[in-house]
Amino acid sequence: MEHEQKPTTTLQLVLAWGFVGIPLLLGVSQTLLNALQLFQ
Amino acid sequence: MATQAENWFSRSRTVARPGYSRWMVPPAALCVHLCIGQAYAYSVFNLPMTKLIGITESAPGDWKLTELGWIFSIAIFFLGVASAVFGRWVEEGGPRKAMFTAACCWAGGFLISAVGVATHSLWLIYLGYGVLGGIALGIGYISPVSTLIKWFPDRPGMATGMAIMGFGGGAFIASPLSVWLMRQFTTETHIGVMETFVVLGVVYFIFMIVGSIIVRVPPDDWKPEGYVAPKANKLISSNNVYVYDALKTPQFWLIWVVLCVNTTAGIGVLGQASAMSQEMFPGHITPVAAAGLVGLMSLFNMGGRFAWATTSDYLGRRNTYFVFMTLGFILYCLVPLTGAAGSVAGFAICFCIIISMYGGGFSTVPAYLRDMFGTRYVGAIHGLLLTAWSAAGIFGPVLVNYIREYNVTHNVAKADAYNTTMYIMAGLFVLGFVCNFFVKAVNERYHMRVDGAVASPAAA
Repeated sequence: MEHEQKPTTTLQLVLAWGFVGIPLLLGVSQTLLNALQLFQ
Repeated sequence: MATQAENWFSRSRTVARPGYSRWMVPPAALCVHLCIGQAYAYSVFNLPMTKLIGITESAPGDWKLTELGWIFSIAIFFLGVASAVFGRWVEEGGPRKAMFTAACCWAGGFLISAVGVATHSLWLIYLGYGVLGGIALGIGYISPVSTLIKWFPDRPGMATGMAIMGFGGGAFIASPLSVWLMRQFTTETHIGVMETFVVLGVVYFIFMIVGSIIVRVPPDDWKPEGYVAPKANKLISSNNVYVYDALKTPQFWLIWVVLCVNTTAGIGVLGQASAMSQEMFPGHITPVAAAGLVGLMSLFNMGGRFAWATTSDYLGRRNTYFVFMTLGFILYCLVPLTGAAGSVAGFAICFCIIISMYGGGFSTVPAYLRDMFGTRYVGAIHGLLLTAWSAAGIFGPVLVNYIREYNVTHNVAKADAYNTTMYIMAGLFVLGFVCNFFVKAVNERYHMRVDGAVASPAAA
């Protein structure tokens, strides 16, 4: 068993989600900008 | 030391202590899926790899696009093989061991491919990205699925949808990152593919290792606070079916056909959307606009993975697939009409919805399997079901490309050359609807006994 007694903190959740969410959002926004060319 | 390392990887070391938030598990899963989703963006390397010797244009001795095309095909083939072969090992060994293995194979695949580029040996790239990378794709794709389902018994569709959305979204990160890296490493006498492979291998390894560190499995008797098990329902089983017994049930093969149909319909147009839109709307859709359409479809592919799987928690899995089959049939029948009417907006809407259902089919199916076969071996059964993806990878492009080719050589106008394919796709959805209709509860003779024994011991 893992020796971790403390509950998950909000900071840990923010870091974990930020770690995957920020690159994903950057990629999605870039793709969205490219997709807008369909309507120009 | 070896024992300690083995302990750290073992399933028992990943059991969560009280206070661990289950919301840490989706990012752990995304760490893996966002990385292996790079596979969808592999094509950005194709053109630069045809000019490694000639630099500005292909020279004698440079690789041809047809030779490079095999890299992706081999990887997808080994995705299906690995998920089917290693499914039981992934399930029983736990997610940390599987994620770590996937990280080693994925990074190793890039590094071997980098050596292949440096020595100009295409076979090394087939072995690296194709075989080793393909194994990473298979193991990495299925590894977090059953873990998420166990953490989110109240919302299994949403949970697996989040992870599988990452696989669709991985290309959004990989594509601009790869292009930027190649630009940094390219000089007047050298194309920076090799260095880009090395950097990507290292970055992806770190990312995936973070996922394997933070992932946890719930204790056996764990339930979310306030969770009330769904009422007795024929289509949501509380029993488990052993992985190889699932293969003997008609339900497995019916769902296999349903997934294959849904994937065939999506994969065929996903690969040809650019050319198809330009040929169906000559003068209206330029190459730049077509690239925009492909980007838009990719966004719907990713968004559909989360949205449809989450919706299935409320609609039910079987009903969600009924929606896919019915809506798919209607939309494919409408596509030729949008072409005839010259409606670019109608065409784009039809394909964006179809592609959202293509993604939704992938993300909803783990929860469908969980409903049918229980949670114990859902990851392994999911691995076996992914062979439907490999089959669709052949059927989809063949249906679109060869029928178009046949029509064009028989003097059908290019704008109308895809109509037959659209109606065939619509017909496939009818087949999928019928198969989905016949999905009933699994016969209890396939259920594992309470003591964990399999229904047919010979199969173990």
